[in-house]
Amino acid sequence: MNSDPHVLLRVISKFLIPLIALFAFYVQFHGEYGPGGGFQAGVILSASVVLYSLIFGLEAAKRAFPPFLIRIGMSLGVLLYGGTGVVTWMRGGEFLNYNVLAHDPIHGQHWGIIAVELGVFATVTSVMLAIFYGFGSRRPEIEDTDW
Amino acid sequence: MIYSVPTSPLISTLLLDVSLMAVLVIVAFAIVRVRSLFAVVMLQGVYSLVAAAWFVTLDAVDVAFTEAAVGAGISTVLMLAAMLLASRESAPVAKGRQWGPLAVVLIAGAAMLYAVPDLPSYGDADSPANSYVGTDYLARTATEVDIPNVVTAVLASYRGYDTFGEVVVIFAAGLGVFLLLGLDGLAGDYRARIMGQRLSDSSAPTGTRGSKGASKGVSSSDKRQKLRPTVTQYVPVEDDGGAS
Repeated sequence: MNSDPHVLLRVISKFLIPLIALFAFYVQFHGEYGPGGGFQAGVILSASVVLYSLIFGLEAAKRAFPPFLIRIGMSLGVLLYGGTGVVTWMRGGEFLNYNVLAHDPIHGQHWGIIAVELGVFATVTSVMLAIFYGFGSRRPEIEDTDW
Repeated sequence: MIYSVPTSPLISTLLLDVSLMAVLVIVAFAIVRVRSLFAVVMLQGVYSLVAAAWFVTLDAVDVAFTEAAVGAGISTVLMLAAMLLASRESAPVAKGRQWGPLAVVLIAGAAMLYAVPDLPSYGDADSPANSYVGTDYLARTATEVDIPNVVTAVLASYRGYDTFGEVVVIFAAGLGVFLLLGLDGLAGDYRARIMGQRLSDSSAPTGTRGSKGASKGVSSSDKRQKLRPTVTQYVPVEDDGGAS
């Protein structure tokens, strides 16, 4: 007899979690054409890590997505967003005026939106996981059997 | 009817909207009435999911997406994680303390009902959302930004400042959690007793742990596990019968 009562959950989530993460990147890079964008993609990617930690434990999730990445990603996202604005300043435009990012204003807009959405994505993913790790790392007083 | 709108899809959408709103109201009453916090958290997830479905019928796909991912997904998990540290049943409120909230709810509800006639009717082409700057964005996105999803164009380009502000707000929220709780449960190792409930585990730091772990950046739990046997100051605090 298998002593693991969650074997179905483990098998199915092992299959689903990569798909959820992949969907997050689809939402991120398809956000210009369909619904979605950095916010949604970040939340979906962090949801995949949260699901992983719910099934396999917080320690395994921290090995998969280590906490130092959170600190880096959190600030890198804001810096990428703000840095895009600084670059547009340096190229002679207003803050966050993407027209000056390339020779063609429309290409500039595209580059700017991609950079900015990547910044949003990094910050949202990291902060969602920071909140989850912050609360989840505290030792619960309730045993598994109490549920 | 004066409008030449095809009636059958409109009626079915209206029925769908009304039934979704009815489900929302029922779930909201259930959230208020139920005492088990686990059920409340689950019902909040249900509420967000139904709200997301309703946003889809209103053609607000981006909002529905966010609501489903944030409201039904992440915040349910966060509430569960927070609930592990708290009591599992909400305490009943004394009768005498219910009149103030009731008055606030009644006044706010009356004010909202008073404002309802001023709202634009459903699908009104002359509503403020459809007349001023929104139409401008719709008209200019095709030539200025040239991406099919106008929501992304407004969010990232035309309203770039606002989105930057939102990102900074999220960053600040993460920073607050990071500073207060820590990422790897260092805060959970401290012994705390709130309202007679023990919140920490049996090993508490005696000074070196907090300063070393926080300032030298010992963040990953692997490092922590390795550190644990070498640092002798981590004496297991004897249980003083708090849990029993």
